Amino acid sequence: MAITRDEVLHVARLARLELSEDEVSRFQEQLSAILEAVGKVAELDLADVEPTAHPLDVANVWADDEPRPCLPVDEALANAPDRDGALFRVPAG
Amino acid sequence: MIDTLRLTAEEAGAMLERREVSAAELHAAYRAAIDERDPGLHAYLRTVDEVEGDGVPIAFKDLISTRGVETTAASKILAGYKPVFDATVATRCKEAGLPLLGKTNMDEFAMGSSTENSGFGPTSNPWDPERVPGGSSGGSTAAVAAGMAPWALGSDTGGSIKQPAALCGVVGLRPTYGTVSRYGIVAFASSLDQIGPVTKTVRDCALLYRTIAGRDPCDSTTVELPQPVELPETEDLKGLRIGVPKELNEAEGIESGVTEQVNAALDRARELGAEVEECSLPRSVDFGLPCYYLIAPSEASSNLARYDGVRYGFRAAGNGDIRSMYARTRDEGFGDEPKRRIMLGTYALSAGYYEAFYGQAQKVRTLIKQEHDALFERFDLLVSPTSPTVAFPLGARTENPLAMYLADVLTIPSNMAGMPGLSIPCGLSEGLPVGLQLIGPQFSENTLFHAGHALERALEFDFVPERLR
Repeated sequence: MAITRDEVLHVARLARLELSEDEVSRFQEQLSAILEAVGKVAELDLADVEPTAHPLDVANVWADDEPRPCLPVDEALANAPDRDGALFRVPAG
Repeated sequence: MIDTLRLTAEEAGAMLERREVSAAELHAAYRAAIDERDPGLHAYLRTVDEVEGDGVPIAFKDLISTRGVETTAASKILAGYKPVFDATVATRCKEAGLPLLGKTNMDEFAMGSSTENSGFGPTSNPWDPERVPGGSSGGSTAAVAAGMAPWALGSDTGGSIKQPAALCGVVGLRPTYGTVSRYGIVAFASSLDQIGPVTKTVRDCALLYRTIAGRDPCDSTTVELPQPVELPETEDLKGLRIGVPKELNEAEGIESGVTEQVNAALDRARELGAEVEECSLPRSVDFGLPCYYLIAPSEASSNLARYDGVRYGFRAAGNGDIRSMYARTRDEGFGDEPKRRIMLGTYALSAGYYEAFYGQAQKVRTLIKQEHDALFERFDLLVSPTSPTVAFPLGARTENPLAMYLADVLTIPSNMAGMPGLSIPCGLSEGLPVGLQLIGPQFSENTLFHAGHALERALEFDFVPERLR
């Protein structure tokens, strides 16, 4: 299953990755090979099989709706690449 | 003089109890071993000087959040990030008095099987520094094998504790999904990620599992253990029914030296009283790897969307609007393997492909779970090699992602089913350790510890790398 150059660029846009020209051609080749290998799952007829999203049979987990302390603003912003007072600062646009 | 290469965590704890050594002296002994051996191995990304706690020191894989101590998941996109809170497993280790020795190297975001995908350089195998330690928890397994930590925590998504434990000749447990909290763990694939112990002995493994396991209100996927963790004592396997799935033991690419050691271990199991019988997992092995490489990258593409250069971590320099900042930050901050998996996962989840790839893989996962459940009606445990090969040379697979993915072909199937797995060293092939994988049904850790302990005693594997003896 080959993936086209346009599909690589489309997926990169969806994933917010600005790939270099070299990466686009390398990933096109590698992803084609990987998709061919994983495409094997299509060989099985699984129309009547339920999907598994989670390995344990767990029911809903409820938590008491009680307020607890949350991160202070300064700690929440402690690792920000850029900030303006109590706000994260980002480029306009 | 403390021989950190030989001392087990249990023995170290007994020395502390008898006041033959202080926690600070013990910590200092391991720090000295790190200073001596880590320049040639690079198992640690950073070490910690303060001795916080009166117990046996421990190392954490660098995806476990540690308050005030840099946590990068070996990614440049998290360089400099200092968590403002502790992961629940870190809190539990603190409460047990285990001082932190440092943070260990790994494949970036736990994506890899050799620790070569680290954004900060690879780790070497203590048995042969020209070879990989396995991965992604290769820093933790190398640190324990080289006497640079008495025990450590790693994480396992597709085999990232079991496989490097096998390649480094140490014990590694991937616990039943949901028994150990993921709160504060840098996420890769949330329906598969589990934290687990890396140790020299099975008893140490049980001790550390006991420390970290149990329900956590901060992680709603966790559950209470149905039984308390038992320290294994008995040394026979009378009445234990062991299944040997032929697909896991005869898979293409398994080295003959690996098969020999596994067969010898099965002979010992018979001598210890176990009933050993061949069985079959007809579709789990063939379809496990494709299933994993759709589900894990899909979940990763979603989890890694959070790295946007806004709230923490790296932000690319330069002009441009916010979208351009996101895209440049992610291109410059992520290494090759995370980008490859984000691309693969985004593709598998995108409109038009979702049902054929992700949806179909989730159904395959059901089949894998059913096949395992059926075998556990007849067997207490399944056994196979942990890794098809012994440690391979550095650089041997870095150019071919698919060849690297095959390193986990034997660990992935039971991981997809949420089953626990223990890897113990069972011998040497070409002078390098071979790992034996014991797989049990969900919540069967006590059985794994019991069987692992009995085999460990019978096999008498010397866990100190030959070149360091």
